[in-house]
Amino acid sequence: MSVQSAVTQDRSPALQPARKGGVRINDVVKTYGAEDTGVLAVDHCTFEVQPGEITVVVGPSGCGKTTLLNAIAGFHSITSGSIYLDDEMLCGPGKLKAQPGPDRIVVFQNGALFPWKTNIENVTFGPMMQGAMTRAEAYDRARAMMADAGLRGIERNYPGETSSGVRRRVEIVRALMNNPKILLLDEPYRALDSLTKSVMHEALLEIFYKNRVSVFFITHDLEEAIFLGHRVVIMTTRPCRPKKILDIDIPHPRDYSVLTTKRFREFMEETVAAVHEEAIKAFAAGEKER
Amino acid sequence: MVAAAKALSTKFAGFVGGDDFWRGIVAIAAFLIFWEAGSRSHAWFGFSFPWVSQVPAPTAVLQAMFKLVQEPSFWNSAFLSTLRVFEGFFAAMVIGIPLGLAMAVSRIFFGITFPVFEVLRPIPPLAWVPASIIFWPTQELSIAFVTFLGAFFTIVINVIGGARAIDVRYFQAARSMGSSTWDIFRRIILPGTLPSIVVGATVGVGITWAVVVAAEMISGMSAARTLRSSPE
Repeated sequence: MSVQSAVTQDRSPALQPARKGGVRINDVVKTYGAEDTGVLAVDHCTFEVQPGEITVVVGPSGCGKTTLLNAIAGFHSITSGSIYLDDEMLCGPGKLKAQPGPDRIVVFQNGALFPWKTNIENVTFGPMMQGAMTRAEAYDRARAMMADAGLRGIERNYPGETSSGVRRRVEIVRALMNNPKILLLDEPYRALDSLTKSVMHEALLEIFYKNRVSVFFITHDLEEAIFLGHRVVIMTTRPCRPKKILDIDIPHPRDYSVLTTKRFREFMEETVAAVHEEAIKAFAAGEKER
Repeated sequence: MVAAAKALSTKFAGFVGGDDFWRGIVAIAAFLIFWEAGSRSHAWFGFSFPWVSQVPAPTAVLQAMFKLVQEPSFWNSAFLSTLRVFEGFFAAMVIGIPLGLAMAVSRIFFGITFPVFEVLRPIPPLAWVPASIIFWPTQELSIAFVTFLGAFFTIVINVIGGARAIDVRYFQAARSMGSSTWDIFRRIILPGTLPSIVVGATVGVGITWAVVVAAEMISGMSAARTLRSSPE
């Protein structure tokens, strides 16, 4: 993809055929420790991330959502089941740990920009490591993408010199520079205050409309989930398994006015009880462990 | 870097003339007066302060120092001590940093070397002086070796700790973005460990200075001896 086409893509999502990055999670089980005595984190979990869509996974803290994300990214192994990216098996029988790769990039909960590199060095890290672009190409593309994401003027700053909201955006741009098929976001906005969060949500959607990659988004914030997601997967508390899967038919592109619509409220009402129920179970389980 | 230096200089400018600054000046002045009065207490007050009366007064020290700096042997000794410190410190950096990094990245290497390292580490550098004199053909090398040990263990332990403390997410991110093992070493482990390397070196060079004086005294190749033998 040339610099030009990356920047001047049509902004209308309808004209962008979703083409890549579907993930199928198929009967995945993950046990930490020994098979019989260990802790069951993920229990026969099956669902799909549709290509070119945002799938949001909601569940209580510590339910095992991140375990799934780590399995897709290739950071941890699974115990059984299989995970496919499009038609390629990432992990499954005979290969329980996926190989990490630039087609699946994680944006971490507390951010993982390299603090010893400037923002633009961070953003160009992927393509240069992969040898996918020359230094000049990578810098040109990075400048264009950063400008496009409203990050002009901070290229030469270090991540520590910018606000946490900006850092998160830089990290998303760094991820996109790898041309991933799917972005894996692990509660990326957890540490942000609610005002910054609302700005970040719209910024994420804008980036999504421009790049149209699949997004696997983990959160425990229901409002965030319904606002962003094409599909919301509500997880049970540990061991985690889909409890309820909703297709959010609020049309994209969305902006913050969606939050006050009747349809949004209906989705909230439909799901809040389910999430609350699991939160109570998680809380009670936590009490017992102590 | 420049910003940090600027911040430091403005901080310093704020310090000079500030409350803390004057408190410090007063404290040091009070200490010097107490010392002077104490060491001259017999002449001034007719009785001797305990301990303080047995050391020369600061003014006497200053006079002696003034005489001393005019002798070339003083500068010669100072130069030799500095040389020994930097020999030992430099060797400790050159050997200690790669060793610490290797111990941090390789579990096998760590398993083999760390127990021996931990047996040797608690031995005070000065306790090595007799062994060092036996090991090395010249006294110069013996002293440099002891100063080397003073910095070496501190540097290694800091490098290991620093490399181990690097957030696992950096490795995961780098691995996802297609980094090879060498890339991860060069672009993640090395810069991630750098702050600890600097801390180790800072502490290490301080220990080296403390050790060199004692090592010189014990081995007799001392600044003290050159000064003693110099003409009055």
